[in-house]
Amino acid sequence: MAAVLTRDITKTFGDVFAVNGISLTVPDGEFMVLLGPSGCGKTTFLRIICGLERQTSGDLLIGGDIVNDIPPRARGVAMMFQSYGLYPHFTVRHNIAFPLKTQGVPRAEIYKKVEWASQLLGIGHLLDRRPRQLSGGERQRVALARALVREPTALLLDEPLSNLDAKLRASARLEIKQFQQRVGVTTVYVTHDQVEAMGMGDRIAVIDKGQVRQVGTPTEIYDEPADRFVATFVGTPPMNIVARNGGYLGFRPENFLPKEMINDGASTEFKFRVDRSEYLGSERIVYGVMEGFDPNQVITAKLPPAHVAEESIRPGEWHPFAVRNSALRSFDKDGKRVSH
Amino acid sequence: MVAIAEAVPKRASRFRFILDRRDVLGSIFVAPAILYVLLLVGVPFLMAVYYSVSAYTIYDPSWRFVGLENFKQIIEDPVFHQTLSNTFIFTFGSQTLGLILGKFGALLLLRPFPGRKLVRALVILPWAVPIALATVAWQWMFDSLYSVINWTLIALGFITRDQAPNWLGSQGLAMLSVIVVNAWRFFPFAIVIFLAGITAIPQDVLDAATVDGAGFWRRNYQIILPMILPIMTIGLVFGIVFTFTDLSIVFLMTMGGPVGATSVLGFAGFQTGIVSGDVSHGAAISLFMLPVLLVVVVVMLRFIRRREI
Repeated sequence: MAAVLTRDITKTFGDVFAVNGISLTVPDGEFMVLLGPSGCGKTTFLRIICGLERQTSGDLLIGGDIVNDIPPRARGVAMMFQSYGLYPHFTVRHNIAFPLKTQGVPRAEIYKKVEWASQLLGIGHLLDRRPRQLSGGERQRVALARALVREPTALLLDEPLSNLDAKLRASARLEIKQFQQRVGVTTVYVTHDQVEAMGMGDRIAVIDKGQVRQVGTPTEIYDEPADRFVATFVGTPPMNIVARNGGYLGFRPENFLPKEMINDGASTEFKFRVDRSEYLGSERIVYGVMEGFDPNQVITAKLPPAHVAEESIRPGEWHPFAVRNSALRSFDKDGKRVSH
Repeated sequence: MVAIAEAVPKRASRFRFILDRRDVLGSIFVAPAILYVLLLVGVPFLMAVYYSVSAYTIYDPSWRFVGLENFKQIIEDPVFHQTLSNTFIFTFGSQTLGLILGKFGALLLLRPFPGRKLVRALVILPWAVPIALATVAWQWMFDSLYSVINWTLIALGFITRDQAPNWLGSQGLAMLSVIVVNAWRFFPFAIVIFLAGITAIPQDVLDAATVDGAGFWRRNYQIILPMILPIMTIGLVFGIVFTFTDLSIVFLMTMGGPVGATSVLGFAGFQTGIVSGDVSHGAAISLFMLPVLLVVVVVMLRFIRRREI
């Protein structure tokens, strides 16, 4: 296990910057999530760490050593791919053993380690099958076992859950996280799914257009977004951003409530005209416009349905709404966060 | 109401929708292929069997049944033994060489370089050029007096004029020459097969192998080759069948010579049956291909089915 450190990494394809100066520190044993929209360069960055791509400039350090010119096989990192990349002509046992064979590990030890990894992931009964005979969830575990069997310096995961159905994804999320905590391997996890990022990451690096916009714990990313991109990329529905005094004001939909629901502390009041309301069971999403702001900008509010009766927020009517001052976030005209 | 009633079509004739019936339409579509195989493969094959058990020659066209006498005579003939072993050497030599060239060619053509599309198109040429034309060029390259190969070797100082090999005139070199020409003809096909196989391998699998620590050779021989083995086997079946039955290169380059050193089954059958007019023996020689090819095809197809991944 080792820390992964990058210093101002760039990668260009032609004159397009896929990665535009990323400096990131992943301490030993941390679960770091790279979160960003598709095409933001996060996968390219991951491929640079494992050595499948060579960065255009910048340094990559694993365990304190610069590994810029070291080929993938000597970096000691393991990677799990989006579609797993299992070897279809090998059995599961042979798949898991392959990274050990390339290192010239003695046969008896390979056998022991394969047993260890397969027990750890509960796939001991699958060892003699071939990948095509496995379900999606089983393939994912085999891929994870193959990645872990040689006890890598760092584990890199590239959208590993995107091929699973929604139900399996939730349980796999938990499994990977628990597993990572047990083994304690430094992990870099790439995803575009904020639920995965928030639920699994010790820290999250939000990436856009090849640059890191913010690095922080899930709480920091959600509550203290560094700029408008992070504020609107994380959270469903995203943070409301309205123009005010040459800058921007932001507040999360769940903090935008009927005035009577806020009776403690200082708050800012807005008049809100409800246009449309969606009942989603555990919450009610209300869309409308605010008096005194751009009449074309849709503002969303997320209300607890148990507290807000349907007849009290009838569409077409103006209602007094408010946001606690502690939940208001200000951004300057360039979208950067400013403190109050 | 009246107008609607009139618009209803008259009761259809029994054959009106005959082409909508799957069984009828299917039979019509498949009929030309079946007819083609029956007439151009089935009939000549049965005729060969028919002639091979007779004493039919073009000088004595009366059909007389002799049982397996023709086969017995052929098997006892040492010249035929040489022909049979020549055929195996010719087939497996040229297939091996063709596959090696094909594999390396495919690896080279997978790398991006300027003009790759043009090279990919040009590389198909040996396969597309009529064999007669190509062989004329090769004959000139292997010619005893004007060989370009010898001229180049001499010019580069590797050999002197007295040492210049007579490619088509000595027994071993003549076999080598026809093998080279056939491999040259076969390798573009091998390249196409390899390219198709290699590009079908998911990039994730190759990346995984790289990260898992596999270098160039291990990636090629433990990941890529096993994964393209099924399609490679199909290509090889084609290659073996075509080469084993081929007579054109030998006919055009060496006429089976010198002293039968390059005579193969197809050529010997043609010489005996058509040129010399001994149809019954010619047919019997040709029929020797059948069991060999049958075994090759069955073994390889079974192998593919087991390897299917």
